[in-house]
Amino acid sequence: MKSSTLSRGKPRQQGWTPLQTLLQNPGAWNALMVAVFLLGGAWILFSRIPPAETTNGAPPPSPREGFSAPDFTLELLGDGGEVTLSDFRGQVVMVNLWASWCPPCRAEMPAIEQVYQDFKDAGLVVLAVNTTYQDTESAAAAFVQEFNLTFPVPLDRTGAVSNRYQLRGLPSTYFVDRQGVIRSVVVGGPMSETLIRSKVEDLLAEAP
Amino acid sequence: MFPFLPLGPFLLQLPGLALLVGVWVGLSLAENEAKKLRLNASDIYNLVFYGLVGGLIGARLAYAGRYLSAYLDDPLSLISLNPNTLSPYGGLLIGVAVSVLYGWRKKLPLRATLDALTPGLAAFMVLFALANFLSGDAFGAPTDLPWAIYLWDEYRHPTQVYEFLLALGVFFIAWKRQLAPPGSGLNFLLFLALTAAARLFVEAFRGDSLLLAEGLRAAQLVSLGVVLVSLWLMRVWGEEGRRSRGEEVKR
Repeated sequence: MKSSTLSRGKPRQQGWTPLQTLLQNPGAWNALMVAVFLLGGAWILFSRIPPAETTNGAPPPSPREGFSAPDFTLELLGDGGEVTLSDFRGQVVMVNLWASWCPPCRAEMPAIEQVYQDFKDAGLVVLAVNTTYQDTESAAAAFVQEFNLTFPVPLDRTGAVSNRYQLRGLPSTYFVDRQGVIRSVVVGGPMSETLIRSKVEDLLAEAP
Repeated sequence: MFPFLPLGPFLLQLPGLALLVGVWVGLSLAENEAKKLRLNASDIYNLVFYGLVGGLIGARLAYAGRYLSAYLDDPLSLISLNPNTLSPYGGLLIGVAVSVLYGWRKKLPLRATLDALTPGLAAFMVLFALANFLSGDAFGAPTDLPWAIYLWDEYRHPTQVYEFLLALGVFFIAWKRQLAPPGSGLNFLLFLALTAAARLFVEAFRGDSLLLAEGLRAAQLVSLGVVLVSLWLMRVWGEEGRRSRGEEVKR
């Protein structure tokens, strides 16, 4: 037998592995396919999730896509007052974690303000949570004034909210739908206005 | 689980780094295998490279297509380093299409090319599982088994670890080229069948499965289909291979 151009060195012995022996016997190979079909089908049926277990309402809270946004109540910058995330159920909420010393946070704030102006009447809420435990209230206030921010700025004084949201980098933004479920997480920045609009538009289009 | 490593002002994205290493290892293995199969190694390299570039551009275009009005206002934002504005499936589809087009134009032999790509693809799958582990994606269902990991506010099956170990096993099988002769395309089909079988198995422990009617997991149905089609093609290509070798003997 002429050695094929593709095999290296001397031609290999036929049936050099059990699998190849099996492949040379069409009957055995068909039996293998049937066995795989039956085993695989059985595994699929065994591992399905009974519909009764999937219709039990909202997903558990965790700072990740597909989970409920962990709830928080924080004091607001300025004239005081408090804000609670779950009060905005039924609206689209953008939770943005920032600090005044963080350059990409500075870079993206004008875009957030612009999108907020465009969509606040359509039901968009922005909560720009200042990570006050690693910032100062006066710096945060100056920042808000500098960029003429009109949305509420809750203060995370203890770091509890940042911790609950497993903050890994600033800025971090969580897009929360009308059911209170996180639909998109953007870590790092700056986000462009286009990015924010593309994330927000879909959620606003959903039925309340 | 460890998605970011702060390096001064930079936020090193570890899952992205793992994928990058996967692409690099995959490409060099594919080049090596191409040489062994007496294919033009730079053709194989270009096939993958153009597929990757096409896939990346395609992923952004597919995303922009979905949010056309936002992008029409500011077309320059098409050019952005942000991975959040990529559509993964659109990118995969366009990337594969670009690779197929390139291979077709260069008249690369289909089966030998697929075999040349196999060790690289198998290595990439190992790094892909690692990337999932680092980012916490592809996470498991809650469990109280002793080897559960704490992730997303729950003790869960470490599905990324299952995925990693199985991908490692598949890599070694693909590396050993169980189905000689290499170049027949059979090694690629074996890799495909085993990878799909691994997904079929691990998906049962996932906590983020897309469910169809009756609570069936979509990924499992697709995987079983891929396994069966691969097995069937193995038989067909194997028979053709034997026949052509038989003819060679007669001549």
